[in-house]
Amino acid sequence: MILAIKDLPREECYIPGSAACPGCPATMALRIVFKAIGKKMIMIVPACCTAVIESLHPKTSFDIPTMNIAFEAAAAGASGVEAGLKMLGRKDITVVAWAGDGGTYDIGIQALSGALERNTDFIYICYNNQIYSNTGIQRSGATPYAAWTTTTVSGKTEFRKEMGEIIQAHHIPYAAQACVAYPEDLFRKIQKAKSIKGPKYIEIMAPCPPGWRFGMEKTVEMGTMAVETGAWALYEYENDKVTFNGKSKLILEGKIDRKPIEDWIKYQGRFRHLFIPKKDVKRIKALEDHVDQIWERYRSCYL
Amino acid sequence: MSQVMIDTGNYIAAKAAVMCKPEVVAAYPITPQTTLVEGVANYKASGEFKGEYICVESEHSAMAACIGASSTGVRTFTGTSSHGLLLMHEMLHWAALARLPVIMCNINRVVGPGWNIWADENDSISQRDTGWIQFYCSSNQEIFDTIIQSFKLGEHEKVSLPVMISYNAFILSHTSMPVYVPDQKDVDNFVKKRIPKWKLEVENPITFGNIILPHEYEKVRREMQNCQENAKKLIPEIASEWKKKFGRFHGDLLEFYKCEGAEYILLSMGAIGAESKVAIDNLQKNGFKVGLARVRTFRPFPQEEILKLAKKADLIVIDRNISIGNEGALFNEVKGSIYGKTDAKVHGFIAGLGGKDVTFGDIETMCKKAIKGKATDHQVWYGLEEV
Repeated sequence: MILAIKDLPREECYIPGSAACPGCPATMALRIVFKAIGKKMIMIVPACCTAVIESLHPKTSFDIPTMNIAFEAAAAGASGVEAGLKMLGRKDITVVAWAGDGGTYDIGIQALSGALERNTDFIYICYNNQIYSNTGIQRSGATPYAAWTTTTVSGKTEFRKEMGEIIQAHHIPYAAQACVAYPEDLFRKIQKAKSIKGPKYIEIMAPCPPGWRFGMEKTVEMGTMAVETGAWALYEYENDKVTFNGKSKLILEGKIDRKPIEDWIKYQGRFRHLFIPKKDVKRIKALEDHVDQIWERYRSCYL
Repeated sequence: MSQVMIDTGNYIAAKAAVMCKPEVVAAYPITPQTTLVEGVANYKASGEFKGEYICVESEHSAMAACIGASSTGVRTFTGTSSHGLLLMHEMLHWAALARLPVIMCNINRVVGPGWNIWADENDSISQRDTGWIQFYCSSNQEIFDTIIQSFKLGEHEKVSLPVMISYNAFILSHTSMPVYVPDQKDVDNFVKKRIPKWKLEVENPITFGNIILPHEYEKVRREMQNCQENAKKLIPEIASEWKKKFGRFHGDLLEFYKCEGAEYILLSMGAIGAESKVAIDNLQKNGFKVGLARVRTFRPFPQEEILKLAKKADLIVIDRNISIGNEGALFNEVKGSIYGKTDAKVHGFIAGLGGKDVTFGDIETMCKKAIKGKATDHQVWYGLEEV
């Protein structure tokens, strides 16, 4: 088992020429994913930031075969690639659909659900930055309550979906939640997914500097805080059993208290209206209560 | 030795597709296409179809899965109809722009509301700008032969475009006719293994479909247009090769019927095209000098052939579709093909929308009206305007 970043494979399939923003969490995750799976993979990318990150035709910043596809079509496209490879007798290739939260929670959920139900042998990875970032920061089904986006100007009035539970309802062999701030954990989960046959789902929390309005040097910190405040949980789902990992495990078992959600949101410009001109105690409490509810449910189900 | 199979258009289509040995079929059921996908499922169950059959959760995903599969270099097939085709619209563009030769049957059916499952060509006509090659068939034998020829055409290195084979709901999809089915080895010899223009392979990693700047994108469109022009030349070549090997010929871009010495040429598509032959026989018996040019390929559109016709005769066009706010698509494109190059008159009729029957008698009435000079320059709605 890989224990430290220094032990990760040296080979880079995420090569120079990327058009990503500085501090981009998607690129951090992509490097780990490429290292964990290796060069024998085919990636399907729907409309999302990664379509830009790949760089301009005829160049590319990916040293693996990559197929771009329409926004809602990643999982269905992957089903097709998987079927094609099966007919070609290529059992050695891992098919990966790589989509954002908009392409997963919202427009792509039908195709995703279909591919999971059909038992497509692939890994679906959602890098979740809680917004439509490529189109310029609009609300998605993954956007948290009270967050500013360009389409929720005074803050979102609804709570986010719990995608992990929707995925579990498909009873697939393996699913996991990870975060870019924990690369070893992410690496291990991707490798595990690669070793299992059938549909796998991995969601990666991906704090987005321009989307969340924080400094580009704070991506990892925002990811760590998302986990420590319980706004995001690291867990694995295998054979209908859920196992929490890292700090999330300690929070679940009550060995440590989760930090107040305020500790996370106060560094993010998207929540600035909750603090300026005066503190919006009611909405901050609503966020806090929502996280409590989630963890109560986690404890009742998984402890 | 070929054998005769008596079956409906859909089951005949399934047979033709399976004989071309696609590695992947991805499809979603919709009336009246259902018996086509059921046919493929039966062949899968019996082992005659050895490919992967992906039962997707929507037509959008059906085309996305065909695109995914085709991009690995394998042969793909699907079928749909009406709303299913419309739901695919985005992916139709995608398949064509990605230059993936997905082969698809579309059973021409009315678009709702209200719900109506009968024949109407507005579904596929509204996909005309997607870059797909479009055939319109008028018999089950033509469906069978055209599907096999389409694999050869679409996968040809000079084309590399998806092909849609359209035929009318129920009139063909659910009507049994005898069809000659050639031996499997003869089909194998006719449709060779696909050699893809590009593919996803780990040994040669490429990124396909990333951001493309305007001047590069324009070149892609130009190349697609060139390939449709190539198809114009290849369709007759492939049709005559088929004729040579199997003895059957349904026309190429058009099918001409008794056009010799005609002063009027009737242009129609699909099942109306078949019905038109009976009308032409009757009209000629009664001294009317009218022949038939049944349009088989709406894309590429046979502009040059139509111009040749218009240099010798006036044209009568029947459309089972309407581009609302303008006119029937065939009428419009026929006029565009001859503009400024002849003095031929073009008379247009809209007929059979919503699946309304268009009999040879109706077609005779329309032709007589045009020939007697009673048709106006604008398009007439047959049956609604005292025709």
